[in-house]
Amino acid sequence: MEGQELPYVLIDCIGGKHGVYEDHVEFLEKHFHLVTMKEYLENKKFLSKKIRAIYMWYHKPVINEELLQSLPNLKIVANSGVGIDHLDLKLLSSYGVKVSNTPFVVSTDTADLGMALMLASSRRLVEGYQMAVSPDTEYFPADWVGAEVSGATLGIVGMGNIGYKVAERAKAFEMKILYHNRNQRNKEEESSVGAIYCKKIDDLLRQSDFVLLSVNLTPQTCRLIGKRELELMKPTATLINISRGLVVDQDALVEALQNRVIKAAALDVTYPEPLPRDHPLLQLRNVVITPHIGSATKKTRRLMMENMTDSIEAGLAGLPVPNEVLL
Amino acid sequence: RPTIDRELLESLPNLKVIGNSGVGVDHLDLKMISKFGVKVTNTPRAVADPTADIGMALMLASARRLVEGCQIAVSPETKHFAVDWLGVELTGATLGIIGMGSIGYKVARRATAFDMRILYHNRNRRRKEEEEAVGAHYCEKMEDLLQQSDFVMLVVNLTPETHKLIGKKELELMKPTATLINISRGAVIDQDALVEALQNKVIRAAALDVTYPEPLPRDHPLLKLNNIIITPHIGTATVQALHMMAEEAIANMLAVLNGQPIPSEV
Repeated sequence: MEGQELPYVLIDCIGGKHGVYEDHVEFLEKHFHLVTMKEYLENKKFLSKKIRAIYMWYHKPVINEELLQSLPNLKIVANSGVGIDHLDLKLLSSYGVKVSNTPFVVSTDTADLGMALMLASSRRLVEGYQMAVSPDTEYFPADWVGAEVSGATLGIVGMGNIGYKVAERAKAFEMKILYHNRNQRNKEEESSVGAIYCKKIDDLLRQSDFVLLSVNLTPQTCRLIGKRELELMKPTATLINISRGLVVDQDALVEALQNRVIKAAALDVTYPEPLPRDHPLLQLRNVVITPHIGSATKKTRRLMMENMTDSIEAGLAGLPVPNEVLL
Repeated sequence: RPTIDRELLESLPNLKVIGNSGVGVDHLDLKMISKFGVKVTNTPRAVADPTADIGMALMLASARRLVEGCQIAVSPETKHFAVDWLGVELTGATLGIIGMGSIGYKVARRATAFDMRILYHNRNRRRKEEEEAVGAHYCEKMEDLLQQSDFVMLVVNLTPETHKLIGKKELELMKPTATLINISRGAVIDQDALVEALQNKVIRAAALDVTYPEPLPRDHPLLKLNNIIITPHIGTATVQALHMMAEEAIANMLAVLNGQPIPSEV
């Protein structure tokens, strides 16, 4: 509208390895006046009062008390992705700043990646690829085997949006599905994917050929899987983590993998990311690690951006905020 | 193995049956074997699930750039994970299955759970109930399937008709964003045409469990491309499948020797 200024929204930067995607900028600039961190620092006096929202793309810009104090008109922080464990929600709330995330749009891609990791690990895909292309390969050995996914038992720890979508996919592979969750799902939901509730995580761990973690990271789920849990798992079992690195006690995992307490692990997430280059997890042959790519598709990232835009606009208009994260 | 040639057949006068493990029989001279009055059996039941699983594994790994991702995750040079590193989505994409036998059908069943749109091309159309159970749409003309698919998966057996089924013309009909997955036999694809198509980005990528020959010569251009995943023919390489193939082969051979109905005679 003529004369009506677009709201000022703070971002970290555009382009490069960590910035807002260049091909998202056109859309964003239809809705917002984007201010990069560099521009803000160069003109703090004018911009600090104008900025009413922060578009947090992959944990940047970093929000600390200092920043909150210097943005008196900040109303909302829109976070990309579903995880908000990196935000101090109490602090933001104390400044009257709302927070939104993008929980639903990441679900299918993350579930897909969980399946990809389970299949790749059990069929030894990465090892197989290395053999297929290695300059030393003369023939393919006949005694080289993996383990089957079809018909095996999958234990899903965390049956939220993502966990449920994993169950839907796993069912088509005729897997037996167990799940553990804070709350039991209703009967129709369970029977639709053939999932059996395990009130005690121990029961799930004992029976599963694949244990998939799809919880969010909270004080309760931090180190949910430690030495005890790993020892409850079958020695032929594989641990798959598509949640957060801290849900697993990494040192206990290293030991378990080295001593064949479990067979293998496939991790899209670690702590930290990336791992230090000398970390033992990188040396183990029975580990597959991917660089936190659960939601890394063009379509999904675009949907995330659009969701975040909706949340910011609603927050600034004083309307109910879609995907608001409540304390 | 063992390799069956005329000499061997001539020296085994009481040979009644060759029980082949696996489903492919393209390595056997069926005409010659038949002339000696020897039956041939295969193991279609044992191979279907693990091969369908590998098809899905390859499709997922290729779409999400899993192998590349692993390399980044462990590379000594990696300092940060780039945020603009992206793959392509499976959900909502179109999978075109060429060859809707047991294996192809199981692939359709799995892919449907990923919310994929399923097209298929086959010598014969499947029954309506079978199509509806997996949400598969029949493409009488393979060209239609090639033009509409984001992922094309080859699940045919190798016969004179399917030899070089996918060549330059077929690759050019595919979308430039499409991925070709082969879990059938290497010779179903014109490999030279595939190399060219991948080099010139005529298609986005390929994921092959099978090539011709296996392994490829170490200087083969397919090994140098970065938009390809190759696995060493591991479609049935699971502990469970090896057991099942042995059991199925034994059941077949015993049936022949006992004059009973043969479960899977070729």
